[in-house]
Amino acid sequence: MTILRLGWRWLLRDLRHGEIGLLLVAAALAAAAVTTVDFFADRVERALASQVSNLLAADAALEWSEPPPAEWEVEAKSRGLVTARTMSFPSVVLHGDATLLVQVKAVSGDYPLRGRLRSSATLDDATGATAPLAPGAAWAEPRLFAQLGIAPGTAIAIGERELPVTRVVREEPDRGGDLLQVAPRLLLRAEDIPATGLVGPASRVSYRLLVAGDEPAVRAFGAWLAKRLPKGAEWLDPSRARPELQTALDRGTRLLSVAAGTVVLLAGAAALLAARRFVERQVDAAAVLRCLGASSRTLVGLVGLRLGGVALAAALLGGLVGVGAQAALAELVGRWFAAELPPPSAAPLFDAALTTLLVLGATALPPLLRLRSTPPARVLRRELGPPPGSALIAAGVPLAGLAAFFVWRMGDLALGVRALAGVLATLLVLSLAAYGLVRLLGPLRSRGRGAWRQGVAALVRHPVLTSVQTVGFGLGILALLLLTVVRVDLLAAWQAKLPPGTPNHFLINIQPAERQALEGFLADRGLGSPAVLPMIRGRLTEIAGRAVDPASYPSARAQRLASREFNLSHADAPQSDNRVLAGRWWAPGTATPEFSVETGIAETLGIALGDRLVFDVGGRRVAGTVTSLREVHWDSFNVNFFVVGTPALLSGQPATYVTSFHLPAERLDLLPELSRRFPSVTVIDVGAVLGQVRAMADQAARALEYVLAFTLAAGVIVLLAAVQASRDVRAREIAVLRTLGASRRSLYAMLAVEYAVLGLLAGTVAAAGALGTAWLISEAVLGLSYVPSLRLLPLGALGGAVGVGVAGLLAVRRLVRVPPIAVLRAA
Amino acid sequence: MTPHSTTVVRAAGLGKRLRGPEGELRILEGLDLEVMPGDAVSIRGASGSGKSTLLGLLAGLDEASDGEVFLFGHALSPLDEDERAALRAGQVGFVFQSFHLLAGMSALENVMLPLELGGVGDARERASALLERVGLMPRRHHLPSQLSGGEQQRVAIARAFATAPRVLFADEPTGNLDTVTGGRIADVLLELRAETGAALVLVTHDQQLADRCDRRLVLEDGRLGELG
Repeated sequence: MTILRLGWRWLLRDLRHGEIGLLLVAAALAAAAVTTVDFFADRVERALASQVSNLLAADAALEWSEPPPAEWEVEAKSRGLVTARTMSFPSVVLHGDATLLVQVKAVSGDYPLRGRLRSSATLDDATGATAPLAPGAAWAEPRLFAQLGIAPGTAIAIGERELPVTRVVREEPDRGGDLLQVAPRLLLRAEDIPATGLVGPASRVSYRLLVAGDEPAVRAFGAWLAKRLPKGAEWLDPSRARPELQTALDRGTRLLSVAAGTVVLLAGAAALLAARRFVERQVDAAAVLRCLGASSRTLVGLVGLRLGGVALAAALLGGLVGVGAQAALAELVGRWFAAELPPPSAAPLFDAALTTLLVLGATALPPLLRLRSTPPARVLRRELGPPPGSALIAAGVPLAGLAAFFVWRMGDLALGVRALAGVLATLLVLSLAAYGLVRLLGPLRSRGRGAWRQGVAALVRHPVLTSVQTVGFGLGILALLLLTVVRVDLLAAWQAKLPPGTPNHFLINIQPAERQALEGFLADRGLGSPAVLPMIRGRLTEIAGRAVDPASYPSARAQRLASREFNLSHADAPQSDNRVLAGRWWAPGTATPEFSVETGIAETLGIALGDRLVFDVGGRRVAGTVTSLREVHWDSFNVNFFVVGTPALLSGQPATYVTSFHLPAERLDLLPELSRRFPSVTVIDVGAVLGQVRAMADQAARALEYVLAFTLAAGVIVLLAAVQASRDVRAREIAVLRTLGASRRSLYAMLAVEYAVLGLLAGTVAAAGALGTAWLISEAVLGLSYVPSLRLLPLGALGGAVGVGVAGLLAVRRLVRVPPIAVLRAA
Repeated sequence: MTPHSTTVVRAAGLGKRLRGPEGELRILEGLDLEVMPGDAVSIRGASGSGKSTLLGLLAGLDEASDGEVFLFGHALSPLDEDERAALRAGQVGFVFQSFHLLAGMSALENVMLPLELGGVGDARERASALLERVGLMPRRHHLPSQLSGGEQQRVAIARAFATAPRVLFADEPTGNLDTVTGGRIADVLLELRAETGAALVLVTHDQQLADRCDRRLVLEDGRLGELG
């Protein structure tokens, strides 16, 4: 109890006199980075959890690519359940000359069964109210109004029908977040669909039968339906409402956690320096306490209590920063997951405390253990100190702490170890580069004179400390360069790679009767004769005699591919951008049932040459043998298919047609005409879709950038910790120089050189790292031959020199102002 | 317990060797000493004669190379660092040349420190009374850096007597002070010793201060000699 009281009082003193300020800030920064991610993830998790019923707009739902039979609805009602129906599909709407890809949802009058459908009459009213959606009108999301430049009440063409868009949708229960909705929502009544002519026999529509009622009745209906469910139909209960959102959140959180891990690593480096200094400054006190009869346990307890107090204070401080910072993340990407996020809860504060305890424990434990062995005779002979600690403990404890952090954050041992290995490998490469550069500076110290020589000499004198600082800043600058310059460069390089005339518009849902007319339309307007290919929807049911069970695949992608419907096509010859890698393409006009499969999907689903595949096409069994595996150049933007069959096998199946073509920017006015002539055809503007994807990628990058901005702050903390670690020596050097006649101005010049050169090194290392990463992404991921962006080098080096130069001068300016006599007397 | 259990401190055949760059260096050799309760013993010697080393050995701050030290009848060599600290707790006071006050603590807190470590309940009251006794009550909330050298040493003396120790070890208590201040500090130290009846082992090179003790010893060539 006495020790607690003593430790507490000592902690207050420490805080008041700034003894542990840097330790506090370093730990708080780590906690801030972690809790920024955690507060955000927690809000999204709770939004998803609280909306499970709302996410379906019902207690459960049946999803199918065909309209659910009426008898199922009758059965549900006979069990006391209420029902509603929805159907959704992409389409294009027209207003004047403007066309827009939308996600249409047509609903029955009872929709929604759970949650609220809120709408407003004006664009200004952001809250809205619940109101019934009547036939003969459509409602839309705010962005549809913005993109078409219309006001509520304006009529737009939807297929063959004109409908006024009367209200603005403010809350739609089963919409999901923006992540699942690239195109804006257009909501209308199912009764209006036939008149639009948008839905044909093979149209790609997702139908849902929604049910709500007593839980046992819903469950019993689900069990009844399970025995009758056709292939491809899926029974959705709240637990399976939006697994893709949860997966996206988990992945996003992990990515942001790796970014936060970089901050923790740098903050840890700063804490390591600060903790060592803090504990070393306790050696005199420890010797006195030993004289007064304190045991080694008391010693460790007293310092440990103070460090524990610092950890808690840092957790609170970091948590507060995290609460503020997460708001920006929520603003950037919150809507991907839910229309509205609940306010932050206090739960992530626990993570903040765990982070600060880990950071301080891992960094302060080794010097603290040494402190135990402080000889009391130090009160008589100052040269006596604790014996040197074990190198294994000094390196092992921080490393173990870091490993524990990554495993905790990744929630998985293997992932944690991989993330840690990646971060450590990056650090090792940067450290070696930094150390090499510092060594290269060596010969320069004897050249030049005055401020230059002194400044460079200060860096070369402590090569390890200089390298640590270089890496600290280098990581921050690297993150900035990657997310700003490199990202933009790579995207531009990829776009520039697409040859002129690359298709930029897709036409889907072309009905067989429209095919010829559409081909004529394109040819008459000089748009060439692009291949108009048949598209048949089929579900893969068997591979080489084995029934396809999506759950049997380990990867989420394979599970998704195995459970969804394929778009099949048939052709006599492979397309020009396809290359047969294995087997052989069939002879034109062959009567044998054969398939050609794209290599990627064959590998994912475990399909081999010679396997017999069985598809369910509209309830009919279609079987054939895989006789070739193809490589497809998807970035040609031609229409391509994972699975192509022989015409003899597939030409008799119900199909729609699909094509892609290049429409020059100056001829965009053809689109309204095309949509009017072929109202059921959906035009997909690749540029617009890519724009949407790019906008989302930008948001994601900004979110990541936001968390990585903490790395720069951590870089500054590393600098401050390094300055503090060498503060006494530095103060004495400056005092001696001043007594020898050095002016403050010349001292500032010397320090400016030192920190500007340090920044130059950090910027150079960062730019080299950014170039290396860009090369790797370019060559290995995008398949582009990389043209190095050499502006990265001057940008990184000069940016680093200026940034670190200023930060460094600010950090040490106080040392120059202290009268030299005060320093020398203290020494 | 040994036959000499009435002694406060006893050294028998005490020796200390240090390993230096020029080989082994004998600091103390075959040294015997007994300090009885209430004794005031001064040990004088030239700089580097090993006075502080001897003090460290007698107080159990350091380990002897040869011989044995008995503190309150307990042989120190079999004890580890924690056991020696436990033996000192509350029974041994120290005053050092460089004061060794804890920089982050006020004068009052420095004096309270040994009492708090010993779990004494009324630490604040007892520390305040001692500061009053050494004339520093008005400056009790000052940090060591805000006090003069003499004032810091008075705080250190108050701290040394806080637990009413059986023995006080003083290492050049006036060594960092001017003659006048040093004289006053010596007055305070000796008066408090007399009031509490604690034994005193004082090492100094100041003859005047040494002469104010009951027994005066001199350390020369690693051996102790008794003066008058």
